[in-house]
Amino acid sequence: MASTSGGEVTIRDLSKSFTLGGRPLAVLRALNLDIRSGECLVIVGASGSGKTTLLRILAGLEAADSGGVAIDGSPVHGVGAERAVIFQEPRLLPWLTVLGNVAFGLEVRGMPKAEAEDKARFYTALVGLAEFSDAYPRQLSGGMAQRVGIARALTVQPEILLLDEPLGALDAMTKIGMQEELARIWSEENVTMVMVTHDLEEAIYLADRVLILPREKGGTARLVEVELPRPRDRSESRFVRYREELLREFGLH
Amino acid sequence: MSLQHIEQRVTIPAHGGGTSLGADFPRLASRAVVRFLSRYGILIAFLATWQVSSSAGWVNAAVLPPIDTIVTALWNGLAGGTLLGDIAISLQRAGLAFAAAVAVAIPLGLFMGQVRAVETALDPILQVFRQTSALALYPVFILLLGLGEASKVFVIFWATLFPLLLNTISGVKQVDPKLLEMARVYGATRLTAFRRVVLPGAVPSIFVGLRLSATTALLLLIASEMIGANKGIGFQVMNAQYNFQIPLMFAAIVILAGLGLIANQALVSLQRRLCRWSSPID
Repeated sequence: MASTSGGEVTIRDLSKSFTLGGRPLAVLRALNLDIRSGECLVIVGASGSGKTTLLRILAGLEAADSGGVAIDGSPVHGVGAERAVIFQEPRLLPWLTVLGNVAFGLEVRGMPKAEAEDKARFYTALVGLAEFSDAYPRQLSGGMAQRVGIARALTVQPEILLLDEPLGALDAMTKIGMQEELARIWSEENVTMVMVTHDLEEAIYLADRVLILPREKGGTARLVEVELPRPRDRSESRFVRYREELLREFGLH
Repeated sequence: MSLQHIEQRVTIPAHGGGTSLGADFPRLASRAVVRFLSRYGILIAFLATWQVSSSAGWVNAAVLPPIDTIVTALWNGLAGGTLLGDIAISLQRAGLAFAAAVAVAIPLGLFMGQVRAVETALDPILQVFRQTSALALYPVFILLLGLGEASKVFVIFWATLFPLLLNTISGVKQVDPKLLEMARVYGATRLTAFRRVVLPGAVPSIFVGLRLSATTALLLLIASEMIGANKGIGFQVMNAQYNFQIPLMFAAIVILAGLGLIANQALVSLQRRLCRWSSPID
């Protein structure tokens, strides 16, 4: 079910500031970045560094103050069918079953219910929830609910998958399992993945490149290429060295 | 019917059934009895105390007649057909008013909950209307609409409108904006988001309004029938009291209680069907 090539993102001179207590607070300053088709880019940064804002601009949920984003050459205005977002919370509709939730995106886009549910069945199975198709969200654990959210995003077969701290609310054990799941899905689906996280290990485990957003004014964003074979081994010495390198970037090591 | 009689009836399921369930039966049956008594025990005790106090002469049986006398009056009224006509006219008044309130309040509430400007503009006048007792306005409605059916239906409609309207508005406003944003990501138009997210999300709160409104409808029904009616359950309550037909008066009150219970149960069942996804409904 691989999508066709595409999903190349060009970010040029992107700036965004918010007003906080009457003062403008710049969170993104003239950011330039090219995200390659099919890569997994993970954005890290201290809180307030604008990583979630960047993702929301990519999603089309917020507009930039200046500069802009283009996908496969065409500028982004608002949300688009080639992008799907996975939020920190699963954001499931409690009155729909698992299958209904997974099919939601396609149905909203006008696909007939039966056809949408057929496709949804495939992705529900892909995230390992086939036997829970008829369950309601309140019956699911946090990890299972987030899998439903992931399946819903995959079902619309986006070129670009935007993930905003998708595993941030999960417990440590569930989180590791879900990271492996995301790595597997990314390799099978051939989708460009842009993910925000505050978990450096998660970043190294998943990323082709890690974008580190600066916290202080005038700092520059940095890219770290993670050249490790997949599937990655968290205990490997090179993995640990990447972790140390990222920690140094944050001035914590 | 004596106290012993009632107690015996309660324990019948424990001993009266067959033995086909085998050795587990007594244990299951006694558990069923415990469940039944823990739920209805106090109600049964209340009725039993009434019955005994009245027939033993501890209370004035002319004012609080024994339960069997009330049941007899109820049966005679229903079988003889006199109360049936009252029930029909009362149901028509309350039903018409309730249906009109539903038809007005739900669409208006959905609209007001969605469009902030409309809500801001209408909220003050709604608050004033809501806080003005419908009963206080009844004389006004009588002046405007006459003492016939129209003023009765209208006062019930008026009182029923507000709980439903306010609960519908709050149901719409309580819908999680994060769910709306999620729908937006998948390209939902405003109409689609309304149909797929706002409307189903507001249903539980709308049901709270429906149940409150049904109770209010019966309350106002009786009040309006006590003033200037010559038919209806509320009229019967007053009329039987004037004529000192106390068992008939209680029979009419029992019918009212029954209508309230049935209306509530019907709405609860409907809510269960529509809201299977939410946590169990009490």
